Amino acid sequence: MRDYPGTRQTFIEMDTIPENGKGIPVDHNKIVAEKVSAFFGKVQAIRDIQINIPENSIVAIIGPSGCGKSTFLRSINRMHELIHGTRVTGKILLDGEDVYSLDPVLIRKKIGMVFQKPNPFPTMSIFDNVAAGLRMGGTHDRKNIAEVVERSLQQAALWSEVKDSLSKSGVGLSGGQQQRLCIARALAVNPEVLLMDEPASALDPIATAKIEELLFELKKRYTIVIVTHNMQQAARVSDYTAFFYMGELIEYDITKKIFTAPSIKQTEDYVTGRFG
Amino acid sequence: MDRHFQHELESLKTILIKMGSIVEENITNALQALLDRNESLAQKVFENEERINTLEIEIDNAIIDLLALQQPVASDLRFIIAAQKINNDLERIGDHAVNIAESDLNLLKMKPLDTLLELPKMVVTTKIMLRGALDSFILLDPKMAQTVLETDDQIDNLNRSMTTEVIEMLRADKRSIECGLELIRISRNLERVADIATNIAEDVIFHTQARVVKHHAEEKELIQTR
Repeated sequence: MRDYPGTRQTFIEMDTIPENGKGIPVDHNKIVAEKVSAFFGKVQAIRDIQINIPENSIVAIIGPSGCGKSTFLRSINRMHELIHGTRVTGKILLDGEDVYSLDPVLIRKKIGMVFQKPNPFPTMSIFDNVAAGLRMGGTHDRKNIAEVVERSLQQAALWSEVKDSLSKSGVGLSGGQQQRLCIARALAVNPEVLLMDEPASALDPIATAKIEELLFELKKRYTIVIVTHNMQQAARVSDYTAFFYMGELIEYDITKKIFTAPSIKQTEDYVTGRFG
Repeated sequence: MDRHFQHELESLKTILIKMGSIVEENITNALQALLDRNESLAQKVFENEERINTLEIEIDNAIIDLLALQQPVASDLRFIIAAQKINNDLERIGDHAVNIAESDLNLLKMKPLDTLLELPKMVVTTKIMLRGALDSFILLDPKMAQTVLETDDQIDNLNRSMTTEVIEMLRADKRSIECGLELIRISRNLERVADIATNIAEDVIFHTQARVVKHHAEEKELIQTR
């Protein structure tokens, strides 16, 4: 038997590094971010983000804590500016229109958001939770509201579980049901885009699987941007993945590419857990 | 960050290298037994075969564990996929070594031949290809792997020449028909070993560069997502 030298595991640089977003279609972009930067006072959280989000797709944003992924998400529907002392520069286009030139309330209606921790309105019933946005938007027709509530709960895959207990409190539901209730609440105002900030991180594996299945259904009607720390979740549910690091977009490509053969070494190190 | 998972990948690589070295030793013994008419070397091939089979199962189990428990991605995933194929390839080379050793023993029962025709050249080239494939895996060197791919044509040509020359040999002396069949069998086995060496080299390129080069896939643009 011959002697072999010691083993070594090295990353071989690609001969050529493809441009970011090589696999992202250029047509039918629902959202386009052009050189978007966001600040907390003097601290810059994200820098010159350029990203196209195709319509009816799921885009996952991954990256270590503090990389700016949630800040970017909140910049899309102008929630970032709700914090005192913050500002956003650059452009975010929704169907070609700059969201920062439009009414923020209208933007947040068109771009719904679901948060990490399910946050149903605690004093409201399941029905009223879903109807709340409609009523605040000036819809008072009972029949119309009832139809929208049912449709939204069905789209959120919750209807069959709650249809006989619509008058009960929303906070009496399980964590996974509460999160789907929040999704139904976001859907009720007929948005075009859904932003999700770690929507399944507080849920058990079964509830997580339900949310993930739901995403596949929802993308037929909506464009979805999801921030997640769960790499397997990003790989499972998204069409495209963006890797953020220290406030910059490092790589953005078809999810399959990011998780089998990323072009940038930092992405490779992050998805394989070699980071840090 | 040096993670437990990285150590497990290193262990997988180490055990594959161990298997590769036993397989290479077996092929070398089978071929040397042919050239030297050495029965004990041929017998050694059969003894080693069991170790190769045991290692194949051990590596299979390690790969299943890694896939199930670690959900590898990117270069880690490509490494494990390549390792699975290389494991299978090495076991097949082990089988070809056994086939050659069987032919060696059959030839030993016959009168020594004046010439082994193209076999000595095939032996040298096949051993170079196998060593190149294994070294490219150990060093993760895609250029070395590419060299292996480029050598395969030589073996194919030698194998074709062997067939022609054995036919000529049989025409001249029909009593040597059994001997001719053994020579053809060895030649075919060597050609298969060389082919499998190219498979290993292709897996090394897949692992290190995320390129699929088998079946000229790149030229034919068979890969849609790259």
